[in-house]
Amino acid sequence: MTTTINQARDGVEASGGVTVAPDILRILNSAAFVELRARRRRFSAILTVLMLTIYYGFILAIAFAPHWLAVPIDGVITVGIPLGLGVILSAIVLTGIYVRRANGEFDALTAQAIQGARP
Amino acid sequence: MSRLITRTAAVAALLSPLAAVAAALEGQAEKQSLNLTAILMFLAFVAATLGITYWAARRTQSRADFYTAGGGITGFQNGLAIAGDYMSAASFLGISALVFGSGFDGLIYSIGFLVGWPVIMFLIAERLRNLGKFTFADVASYRLDQLAIRKLAAAGTLITVAFYLIAQMVGAGQLIKLLFGLDYNIAVVLVGVLMIVYVTFGGMLATTWVQIIKAMLLLGGASFMAFMVMRHVGFSVETLFEQATAAHKDGLAIMAPGKLVKDPVSAISLGLALMFGTAGLPHILMRFFTVKNAVEARKSVFYATGFIGYFYILTFIIGFGAIVLVGTNTFYLDTASPQGGLRGGSNMAAIHLAHAVGGDVFLGFISAVAFATILAVVAGLTLSGATAVSNDLYAHVFKRGKANEQDEIRVSKYATVALGILAIVLGIAFEKQNVAFMVGLAFAIAASANFPILLLSMVWRGLTTRGALLGGSLGLLSAVSLTVLGPAVWVKVLGHDSPVFPYDAPALFSMSLAFFGCWIGSVTDRSARARIEKGRYTEQLVRAETGYGATGAASH
Repeated sequence: MTTTINQARDGVEASGGVTVAPDILRILNSAAFVELRARRRRFSAILTVLMLTIYYGFILAIAFAPHWLAVPIDGVITVGIPLGLGVILSAIVLTGIYVRRANGEFDALTAQAIQGARP
Repeated sequence: MSRLITRTAAVAALLSPLAAVAAALEGQAEKQSLNLTAILMFLAFVAATLGITYWAARRTQSRADFYTAGGGITGFQNGLAIAGDYMSAASFLGISALVFGSGFDGLIYSIGFLVGWPVIMFLIAERLRNLGKFTFADVASYRLDQLAIRKLAAAGTLITVAFYLIAQMVGAGQLIKLLFGLDYNIAVVLVGVLMIVYVTFGGMLATTWVQIIKAMLLLGGASFMAFMVMRHVGFSVETLFEQATAAHKDGLAIMAPGKLVKDPVSAISLGLALMFGTAGLPHILMRFFTVKNAVEARKSVFYATGFIGYFYILTFIIGFGAIVLVGTNTFYLDTASPQGGLRGGSNMAAIHLAHAVGGDVFLGFISAVAFATILAVVAGLTLSGATAVSNDLYAHVFKRGKANEQDEIRVSKYATVALGILAIVLGIAFEKQNVAFMVGLAFAIAASANFPILLLSMVWRGLTTRGALLGGSLGLLSAVSLTVLGPAVWVKVLGHDSPVFPYDAPALFSMSLAFFGCWIGSVTDRSARARIEKGRYTEQLVRAETGYGATGAASH
């Protein structure tokens, strides 16, 4: 349902005196493109919010709860050390997760959408 | 090694004339052994890279070859090159020194530098590759007014490049003076001339391969150092931290956040500058056009994130290793100075550790790698600046998009030489200045002037030329003026008692202003041109999301 609304809005705003080439319009209105855009937008948004939350969570902990980060967990190792290294690893893991899904699912949808450009 | 020690002692002793005389006398005797190892290794690097430049020059004919290596770099190679651009001598020596000095606080910086990468991946990497050809201005001006946006983007690029370049040149001069015993001016001229040769003859192909080789040398060297540190502590992280806290004067305090983060506003503002500045650095953005499509662009970011993350974990181990192996050894300590500390200054932690774990030969290797690192980074910076001049200003603004390809290449080479000479002159002029704020300023401008218009032009249909100009200029002006009024320049450089603007990092304010300017300038824009610009978003959207009609790799 939402996809039809998206399509309609793009179609209307695409006017403004600008003609959109027929091949572009065919991609725009293809089911694969609508699906690609919706899924990728949602996925990127989730991952971006996740990364921002992890990073700013860490920064805010440093700013507001430095004593908590200094709590020892194992000998001299404090809470802050695994947490900080965890932020580094999370950045690598999140980009990896994105690439994995994009390489399969998103690339397949992109190929389908472009195929539809030919009349 | 002894030569290095006397050298560094000589530099450190400049403050105290008596010690300087003693050090200078010793220096004559011990100078040669160190210089020889380090200089021989550096010469080997220069010979190899000049060979690559010769090879690249024969493959660099067209404009696309010069700017983007014909789009023929693979995702893996580009990931290494991006990581190389990012792992500057400043981040290798600076972050390990920060860890050496205050432990945990060093980690905060490295994390800030890293977390920009996932965001680049999720928000801009693929769209950027699909829409652009040579510069990020190609993307920002895709549906907006070419002349106005390219002028703004070129200004943002050149100012960012200039500050980054000055910081690198001054750092290069100081470091080379320290490591090789070369005169500051000679060092700066050497870096400038070599960089001009790489870029003018070999273009992006040579610049990329110089960066890739250096990245491998640096990652290899840092891995070896971290391995030797871990071997010393029996591969036990706990033992490493125990020995470090026992050896460090701050004891257990190095295991927790210290003085680096003063207040939440500074912390968030610095975080924003580091995170989004990366996504607005022209020499980094340009690397996305050297791969053949969005799939490779995406892989580049993944490999780059992996390498950079790994590198920062290494610097963390190296910093702690230096606390254990360097900080406890009087051989590396500055006994002449009343403040104590390391010989040659705090940035020498990683260099001394190289000697501690690998002797004179490895010290020579790491010194040569540090020099190579500066060379590779300034070459990338200069190429992106030259491209802004020749592609954005000359070809699109001056020639209105009708430039002859050979003329454009010639202009980019002149621009490279001009930027190289400018870098040498500014490097020498700023020798005695405190340039620590300049990298921060480059990031702040990139985050406030370049990133907002780049992002909004791709994701917001409503952005118009007027909005982009207003937002971009506000971001640029506020980032520069707030930095000048802040503690780093107003107090530390200009010598006033207290800053007008209390925070070191202006990004929280300047980025907000930039986004607000883009928004208000666009929504109040009722012109016919604005309607057309919004209308053209549809085509841009389709091309950005699918890569339909995007420029591919040049065929040879």
